[in-house]
Formats: sequence, structure tokens, C-alpha cells
Amino acid sequence: MSTVALIDAGGANLGSVRYALERLGVVPRIVRDADELGLPARVILPGVGAAPQAMRLLRERGLDVALRALEVPLLGICLGMQLLFERSEEGEVECLGLLPGKVRRLAPQPGLRVPHMGWNRLRPLRVDPLLDGIPADAHAYFVHGYAVPVTGDCLAASEHGTAFAAMVRRGRLCGAQFHPERSSDVGARLLRNFLALEAA
Amino acid sequence: MLSRRIIPCLDVRDGRVVKGVRFRDHVDMGDIVELALRYRDAGADELVFYDIGASPQGRSVDVRWVERVARTLDIPFCVAGGIRDVATARDVLLAGADKISVNTPALERPALIAELAEAFGVQCVVVGVDSLRDADGEWRVRSHTGDPDRMRAPGLRTLEWVRQAQARGAGEIVLNCMDSDGVRRGYDIAQLQAVRAVCEVPLVASGGAGTIADFVAAFRVADVDGALAASVFHAGTVEIPALKQVLAAEGIEVRT
Repeated sequence: MSTVALIDAGGANLGSVRYALERLGVVPRIVRDADELGLPARVILPGVGAAPQAMRLLRERGLDVALRALEVPLLGICLGMQLLFERSEEGEVECLGLLPGKVRRLAPQPGLRVPHMGWNRLRPLRVDPLLDGIPADAHAYFVHGYAVPVTGDCLAASEHGTAFAAMVRRGRLCGAQFHPERSSDVGARLLRNFLALEAA
Repeated sequence: MLSRRIIPCLDVRDGRVVKGVRFRDHVDMGDIVELALRYRDAGADELVFYDIGASPQGRSVDVRWVERVARTLDIPFCVAGGIRDVATARDVLLAGADKISVNTPALERPALIAELAEAFGVQCVVVGVDSLRDADGEWRVRSHTGDPDRMRAPGLRTLEWVRQAQARGAGEIVLNCMDSDGVRRGYDIAQLQAVRAVCEVPLVASGGAGTIADFVAAFRVADVDGALAASVFHAGTVEIPALKQVLAAEGIEVRT
């Protein structure tokens, strides 16, 4: 494995993702702007926070263009996954547009708390190397108030009132709405699977 | 379906886990990381670290132990105690904590909740509420509860504060029912139900867990999202694997 670039999009979970990779024996390179991106073998876009601020930061640092032009596997985590899509209802902001679809707010319903916070089950929708070793109904840790609807790119769904995309994959583009860095063995397995993906 | 969370709480002082008897005479329980991993292995869904030295002594959290925990632990954790501004919260979150919990500083300056939510998103912002039933039967909050000599009653009704905290950006409420805290006679179900009725964000019960049945009641009757406990876990009175087995058998969704 050559380099893993970990994008600093201003999210507070940057450190946690770095530590999770280090637990797997991978020391990522923290990348703050497009000039620092270089030619990594893998790119991880973590994110905690709000979509408008994160997109503004990516644009200011030229990373929106750089991430679109990449040809290596890219994993978006939580907000980082949402940013891969066209738009987000959060601040009605235009996102990276690498995947079709719009991120929507999880609407509170009676007995249904928002943000969706805690461990929820993953329901695989198709076979994919990203899901290797992750059993159906495995629990992963989620914290989010917005979600991606289940579309053709959805690899595993989860339910909170309605079904939403817990994992997505289209070619080199991968995403996890949950936090692999905080999802114990399931999270470590996803990161290992991502690092082991054949370059698209 | 979203699981109900079991959350052990560890008191931290000077980088060690301690156990207090009636807020005093703290006994060293061991290394933070070691104990955190032990609870993780037992099946804890999340941990809360309460820096009991930080708040009463008016200093902020020492982030070195936060970073040590974050490097090793692969389940979420929250840091409470001594966080009274955005800068300190940022240090704690960047050190690897998933959430920060504020209590007295939020009562003193409620705008703090909105500042934290604006800076980090509501999902990082937990508001801890210490509540006591007064002689007139009303539940009201207490502040400065970390030090019995400094505890104050600002006169604010608990239900009003829970509403206000959410409106300002609290992403989770931890309700610590002080009447039952540490006495292991069960969570204060009536109070939890009353707060649940006004709480749209996740609600965590705290104070009073003594038996497995107490957890069942908190989830089933008060419909809380998580149950926090300290002494029953530390003393081994309630073992998390056995607790989760019972909860699952009772039809309560848990992570196993």
C-alpha cells in the first residue's frame, strides 16, 4: 500500500479517522489543499459538521476540483459521503456531484429522534468487496441529521423511520454514512476492505 | 432499527480513573485506556469520561488523556467536565472525542450551547442536566454539582431547561436524577417520562441504576435512548453482556 491521503475538510473527526488507520498499520498523509494532494493511492474524505461550511472549505482549497479529477478509490465518511452527491438540503448547498442524488434531512417523527445517533444495523443490498467480512445486520455507529436516499449506488441500507443509504459504491467512489473509526470491528473491516480495493 | 445504548461513565482525575464515595475520598481505579478497553470488550456502546477535577478547580480538560483514549478506543466517547468555551471544546474534539458534554457552564451562559452547535454541529453537543425534586414537587436543575460545597439551585425548572437547551442546539440530553444518583434504587422513571415528553433529541438516563430490571424499565417505560451508569458497572453488580442478553430477550433492540 502506498499513500493514503486524508482530507482535512475542517471536520472534528479527522484525528479519529487517522487513529483508526494507524490501528491498521497505515499512517495517512493529512492533505489540507489541492497542492498537497499529489498522487495518493487512496483518498479518504471524513467529515463532521455542516455541508455548506465543508463545501466552502473544499472550494477555497481547490479540493472540489481535485477530488472530481481523481482516479483512485475515494471513501467519504459521514458528511464526507454526503458531499459526494449533487446537493444537500442542509443549507441547500451544491456538493461535489460525483454521485447522482440529493441529501435530505431526516424528519423527526413521533418516537423517532433526530439526530440519528447510535448503533444501527446494516442491510446489504448487493455483494461487494467493500462488504467482505461484514455480516448482514451487523451494527455500525451513526451520528447524523441528514441522509442519502436509497438509490442504485446504495450498497447497504439502514433504517431510521425510513430506509437510507448506510454505504454507497460506484466504481472508485465509496461512502459510509456511519463512522468506521467508531464502529469497532465492523468499522475496521470496512477500512481494511477499502484499502484493499483494486484501483478502479 | 436503532439500538438502545449502554453507557458506562468513568470519572477521571489527573489522567486516572477514580471512584468517589459521596463526592470525596477518591480511590484510584486504574489507567483510563485500560478500563476503557475493558468496557469496550464487555460490549459498552459508548463511554462518558467525566473530568471531575476540571470543573470544580476551574481549569479546562487535559487533552492528553483524551488523545490517548482516541488512539486506542474504537467506539464513541464523550468528554464532560471543564468545557466552558468553544476553544476548549475544539481542543477536546480535535483530540478525538466524539462529543462534548456541558452542564454548569451552559446554565451560567445558555448561549454557549448555540455557539458549540454552530461550531461543531448539534451531534457533538450534549447537555448534561442535574435535576432534583424540590419540596413543592417540581423538578429543578442544580449547578456546580461536581462539588457539594458549591452546589447551587438557580431555580430553573428542569422541563423548561430541557426545552431551552434543545432550542439552542443540544443534540442530546443526559438527565441525571440526583435523588436517585448513587443509591442504586433504580432510575427516576417518572421524571424521565416527563422529560421524554418534551425531548425530541436523544435522551440518556443517568442516576440510580442498581439492577438489570432498572435498565429494562428505563428503556421500556421511559423510552430513553441510552442508559448511563457508573457504580453498578465498576462494582461488577451488573455485567454488560448479561444486561444486554436480558434486554434482547425483553424485545429491546441492543447491539450484541
